[in-house]
Amino acid sequence: MDLRELYQDIILDHGRHPRHFHALPTPSHFAHGHNPLCGDKVTVYLNLKDGIVTDASFEGAGCAISVASASLMTDIVKGKPLEDARMLFANFHASVTGGSPPNLPETLAEDAERLHPLTGVKSYPARVKCATLAWHTFEAALREGQHVGGG
Amino acid sequence: MTALRALPLAAGFDPREIKAQFPVFSRHPGLVYLDTAASAQKPDVVIEGIAEFYRSEYANVHRGAYHLSMRATERFEQARETVRRFLNAAATEEIIFVRGATEAINLVANSWGMGLQPGDEILITGLEHHANIVPWQMLRDRLGIRLELVPVTDEGGLDMAAFAQRLTPRTRLVACTHVANVTGHVTPVAEIVRLAHAAGALVLLDGCQAAPRLAVDVRALDCDFYVFSGHKCYGPTGIGVLYGRQALLAAMPPWQGGGDMIRTVTHAQTSYQDAPFRFEAGTPDIAGAVGLDIALCFMMELGLPVIEAHEQELTDYALAALSRTRGVRLSPGGGCQLGAISFTVDVIHPHDLATIFDQLKIALRAGQHCAQPLMERLGVTATARLSFGVYNTAEDVDALISAIARAQKLFGV
Repeated sequence: MDLRELYQDIILDHGRHPRHFHALPTPSHFAHGHNPLCGDKVTVYLNLKDGIVTDASFEGAGCAISVASASLMTDIVKGKPLEDARMLFANFHASVTGGSPPNLPETLAEDAERLHPLTGVKSYPARVKCATLAWHTFEAALREGQHVGGG
Repeated sequence: MTALRALPLAAGFDPREIKAQFPVFSRHPGLVYLDTAASAQKPDVVIEGIAEFYRSEYANVHRGAYHLSMRATERFEQARETVRRFLNAAATEEIIFVRGATEAINLVANSWGMGLQPGDEILITGLEHHANIVPWQMLRDRLGIRLELVPVTDEGGLDMAAFAQRLTPRTRLVACTHVANVTGHVTPVAEIVRLAHAAGALVLLDGCQAAPRLAVDVRALDCDFYVFSGHKCYGPTGIGVLYGRQALLAAMPPWQGGGDMIRTVTHAQTSYQDAPFRFEAGTPDIAGAVGLDIALCFMMELGLPVIEAHEQELTDYALAALSRTRGVRLSPGGGCQLGAISFTVDVIHPHDLATIFDQLKIALRAGQHCAQPLMERLGVTATARLSFGVYNTAEDVDALISAIARAQKLFGV
């Protein structure tokens, strides 16, 4: 596989210039994620109201893949119903790990397309965790204050 | 890119010829293997030697009265003698076979360590691998002993003034790496042993990164325990060594019970064998010991001083090449590095570097190298680490330098 397929411009861009890269002052939910293998660390902050993700942001340090993934994730889930965000993750997770994806409603097709550049990691099993760390941390935040990973 | 020269070869030592003895390089043409600090590749003599042992000399050891068992026992005990010679230990009774250095340190903690009293102190350093941190923390939590730390200086060496201060009449053991796994820093072991003994403390040296690349003489070092893993010395995984002074081992209780380590067993009571067998419960890794024997002989035939010269040459060459590469930051190595170098590249995370290198057939490790406290001290979340073996050449370093430029181009920096 060509490296440019993994490191597409959109990933390099979000990796170097992450969006929503800050803490939320009063998040309704947040969690820390850690990948002890490579030292990637991410904190995901969320504001949830009436089942809608009204705000999402993150802080942390990591590789281009993990930072780009967190950046794209926060960009996409912001303003979405929680259920849509979860479906997008399930779909994304399936596409990088080879599982069976859920049926995505037409309205989410565009968002799934935005995540597509990250699915290049499926050829690099060691990097799948980098691409999914932010999403797992997002889920942990929904369970409130949990810590993803170990080490 | 700067033109890089080929290195003159250490006397009588041709890494190209040696490389031909490692089948992984013919199975993976173009492979640049720079991760020997994690595990060394295996030469044909080791792979074939283990297979041949299984084919023609294998049985359980120390048990059977039949020919094959006696032959396997001979090979197993001959391996112990080879390890003795490799470490220049005084007697084979001082050589205990374990799974690896991690198990060796756990053995010392769980056997010798159980004689410690609350308030006793163990001194470790900021350069240690998790294997030389965690067993002592577990012992501390179990026994209420104290665990003290020798800090790492900004230059990446040990703060020897702090070391002298942290040694107290309660210090019972100094557990220190001989060569640091992250940076290749060669610690001042002679001074460490001298100061520790003067304070009445024993010394355990973690030789995982030293044993594969320099002549280890436990009697000249005057250390009390020395540990290393076979798989980093071109031997198989699953076998390692604990060296311990005979008088110490004689006073240490067993740590695992089972067959092979006993003298007599009744349902009421058991009496134990002497060292080393007392510490080798159950069927050992017999073929592992045989493989280790062959690997150590392979190294001794090349000559440890020659291997050291080769690795020093490559290390110095790589340090010079990396330090003149734009955007590269070297992790401080205390001014004295052998066999391993950690570095980062501006803007590009080590994990991304490793993936890019992998596409260019360069294998090296990125991450925390089982040394999270040292990473924190160095102020980095992760580094890329290159490390050398007998099969590496200056061309491997050149390939790495080119790959860094390639990664920078990809990332637009």
